[in-house]
Amino acid sequence: MNPFAVARQVGAVLLAIALAPLFMGWVAQCRAWLQNRSAPPLLLPFRTLRKLFWKDAALAEHASPLFRSTPYVLFGTMVLAAAIIPSVVLDLPFVLVADAIALVGLFATARVFIALAAMDIGTAFGTLGARREMMIGFLAEPALLMVFFNAFLISGSTALPSIAGRLAAPPFIIYPSLAFAGVAFVMVLLAENARIPIDNPATHLELTMIHEAMVLEYSARHLALVEWASALKLFNYACIGFALFVPWGLASQHASPGTLALAVVALLLKLALAGAALALVETVSAKLRIFRAPEFLAMAFLLAVLGLLVHLLLGA
Amino acid sequence: MPSLVLLLGLIAGWLGLGLAGLLRPHSVGFVARVIFPLGALVALAVGLVGLSALLPGAIAQVLVLPLGLPDLPFHIRLDPLAAFFLLLLGSAGVGISFFAAGYFRSGQGTAPGLLCLQYHVFLASMAMVVLADDAYLFMVAWETMALSSYFLVTTQHRIPEIRRAGFLYLLIAHVGAIGILLSFGVLQGGSWRFTFDAMRGQTLGPARASIAFLLALGGFGAKAGLVPMHVWLPEAHPAAPSPVSALMSGVMLKTAVYGFLRVTLDLLHTDQWWWGGVPLAIGLGTALFGAVFAAVQTDMKRLLAYSSIENVGLIFTALGLALFFRSFGLQLFAALALSAALIHALNHALFKSLLFLATGSVLHATGERNLGKLGGLIRRMPWIAATALVGTLAIAGLPPLNGFVSEWLLLQAFLSTPRIPKAFVNMLIPLGAAALALTVALAGYVMVKFYGVIFLGQPRETALAKAHRSGWLERIGLTWLALGCVVLGAFPRLLLDAAAPVTQTLVGATVHRGRATWAIAPIAPEQASYSGLLFLAGILGVVGFTFLAVRRIYHGRVRRTAAWDCGYPWQTPRMQDTAEGFGQPIRHIFGSAFRIERELPSPWDSAPRYRIHIEDRLWRALYVPLGRAVQRLADLVAVVQGGRLSIYLLYAFLTLIGLLVFVL
Repeated sequence: MNPFAVARQVGAVLLAIALAPLFMGWVAQCRAWLQNRSAPPLLLPFRTLRKLFWKDAALAEHASPLFRSTPYVLFGTMVLAAAIIPSVVLDLPFVLVADAIALVGLFATARVFIALAAMDIGTAFGTLGARREMMIGFLAEPALLMVFFNAFLISGSTALPSIAGRLAAPPFIIYPSLAFAGVAFVMVLLAENARIPIDNPATHLELTMIHEAMVLEYSARHLALVEWASALKLFNYACIGFALFVPWGLASQHASPGTLALAVVALLLKLALAGAALALVETVSAKLRIFRAPEFLAMAFLLAVLGLLVHLLLGA
Repeated sequence: MPSLVLLLGLIAGWLGLGLAGLLRPHSVGFVARVIFPLGALVALAVGLVGLSALLPGAIAQVLVLPLGLPDLPFHIRLDPLAAFFLLLLGSAGVGISFFAAGYFRSGQGTAPGLLCLQYHVFLASMAMVVLADDAYLFMVAWETMALSSYFLVTTQHRIPEIRRAGFLYLLIAHVGAIGILLSFGVLQGGSWRFTFDAMRGQTLGPARASIAFLLALGGFGAKAGLVPMHVWLPEAHPAAPSPVSALMSGVMLKTAVYGFLRVTLDLLHTDQWWWGGVPLAIGLGTALFGAVFAAVQTDMKRLLAYSSIENVGLIFTALGLALFFRSFGLQLFAALALSAALIHALNHALFKSLLFLATGSVLHATGERNLGKLGGLIRRMPWIAATALVGTLAIAGLPPLNGFVSEWLLLQAFLSTPRIPKAFVNMLIPLGAAALALTVALAGYVMVKFYGVIFLGQPRETALAKAHRSGWLERIGLTWLALGCVVLGAFPRLLLDAAAPVTQTLVGATVHRGRATWAIAPIAPEQASYSGLLFLAGILGVVGFTFLAVRRIYHGRVRRTAAWDCGYPWQTPRMQDTAEGFGQPIRHIFGSAFRIERELPSPWDSAPRYRIHIEDRLWRALYVPLGRAVQRLADLVAVVQGGRLSIYLLYAFLTLIGLLVFVL
């Protein structure tokens, strides 16, 4: 195996780990601006993480080893996901290990673990959050899979770098099926990352919270890892979106350092725009009642399936 | 042909062990601690022989046994397809038999010695089903399997519900057997020779072949639990002792898959393009049905039974795809879909047995099957909880365990369908892929519910605090199966290697396995590849590194306190979600699939009572009218039964006259 490829791989993963909290901070800042509030500093997520890591962990008396290990598993799955998704370079050796289907499986693993951990303490809120998370998940997961199938029909590969490389390659073609998939993907992204209109990351209101209800019992370093993993998840989803729908600007296999730097700049630019767009979506939409969430996700699922049918009907 | 003779010896060994149990039928110590572990070793040997017949260079072996009726000797044959299912039987059988050794104890119902005989006859008959090379022996073994498992299901025969479940099982097993028998009748094509070899030599017209195909699908589908013939599964599986449930769900359902494969891909060598559509559609429907119903169950073994229905549906979906591909001459993709089916059958045998056995341990420790009264067992039974966690993650189809491998292969097979040169089929396939994706995701929901409610949280009943740990024999069985899930997940290449000789003989192609032993890329590396080992190593590496880094840079200080729960101080275990509560969103979303009877308490009740009964709509839509129709028909026939001897003698006399007229 090429040592440079491995180095690029490790570099991409480290970049993802470092950029993820920053991206969270950027979204929060954009949201504050759009809502006429004074914005928190961009680096606030890092400060929060640092504070949390230094604190003593408070753990419920009957917490099992599953509960204690879950934050590490969450963080591990999200880091592994970052190794599969092309954010800066197309040439990721790790892609031979897992393709887009395995990526969906990886997200599912993370979800199952956090839901199990939430049920472990046996509080009312924990199980409530776990149930809701699984309800969101069982609809969002097939929708995401269908989005990937759309991309597969065009590119003939389930490996994300191949998909991105194929879509970015000239000539530039507009695929109608990808339009359907794009809308479906945005809906899945909102649901899976606990954003408005499905969940609100800034709430602790009992009746509405999903993600927060599951992590209520975590504190200190465990909470820090959970939060970092959530940030990484959002970052990963953004990068999946870039790879599928705006695949330009990724550095190819034999990129010079200059091109690499350009690719990093392109990524930052995309992230900045995506963060602003996300904040805009969250500002203009209201949170849905929890019973409406299945309809929202079923729509995403059907849109993605429609995309498949459109592709096959048009033969393109 | 040494390995075939060896196999016969091993099967005879199982029968001998079963008979030995009758020597001291009431001694649990002798039967359980001596005979069952020996049976497990025989199962290991059967699995190894199966494996050896899958190695490259192994050839099919045949043997004619001088048993059976005059002029109808038993033919047996060990080919790759049979060998694969022997491997399945052996590998699951080892774990189940070891567990059973620690599980059975004296009580009401069948005496241990008799149980031991039934259990080993059941194992031996399943091996004979797979080895049979003529329709006669196949049916004999098939019926032996049905009867021995019927007696095992009704072990607790003093309980009326269990007798009823057993009857339902026997009834549907026999309706299925009639279908299989008729299918063989069509397959012999007028030659009146019932060896499989003769059937392979027949060339049937499309209409006859289609009839044989549909009869086989119906017959084997009844045994496998395809909708609408699934009703016996959620009744019989909870009724049986847990090792028997494991054997039935993990192995016996797969003999139906074997039979279907044998008839459609081996004996019938003509095929129509639409054939694949039937098992594909029924399989997808079954899978979705099973997953939705599993999500609303409150009995842990019923939940697993519905999950078995789901998994059988997935296997038949893959078989349908394989038939589709084969009829369009796409051998490579047919091999891919067939591999997915075979591998899922093997995987399911491992993790479903594991979970059924784990419920057995829970049942013994707590005496509860109702999910609503369990909880928090991870602290009382850590070993069971750890192995059950492996099974849960595997059955939920999560990487890097073995369940993911077969689901990945199945999805890859679905993604290859645009190559089918028929636009109509092409349009329908995305809908199938969508249904499949939904089912797989629902399976995750179901398994979180299963594991979370049983093992996590706080005990919902005070009696659970007395739950005791499992014995070491039970642990051996569980650990064997859990290790199987992990190892096969890490080395998916082994699974493909085991399936390759089967796909080569049945569809004439194998999937690409490449040179790398650590990764699989069944079609082409550019299209897709997956490596379970590196995946596992990646996760463990990152998790371990993070753990050490956090410890090293910061600290590992922990303070134990009460649970926070937003500061609410008066928590009780009853505030957790029950199994019903956890299934509520599914009940809400798929409401029209169920027939729900609900009894809500009013605020003024002195003893409020909440009761909900969820029923399968098919009961009232199909089975009750069918039962009534049969009853009416029987009433009509009953007219001729006068109950007087002279009338019956008159019938006999008239029949004789009629026959004489016919002959002369």
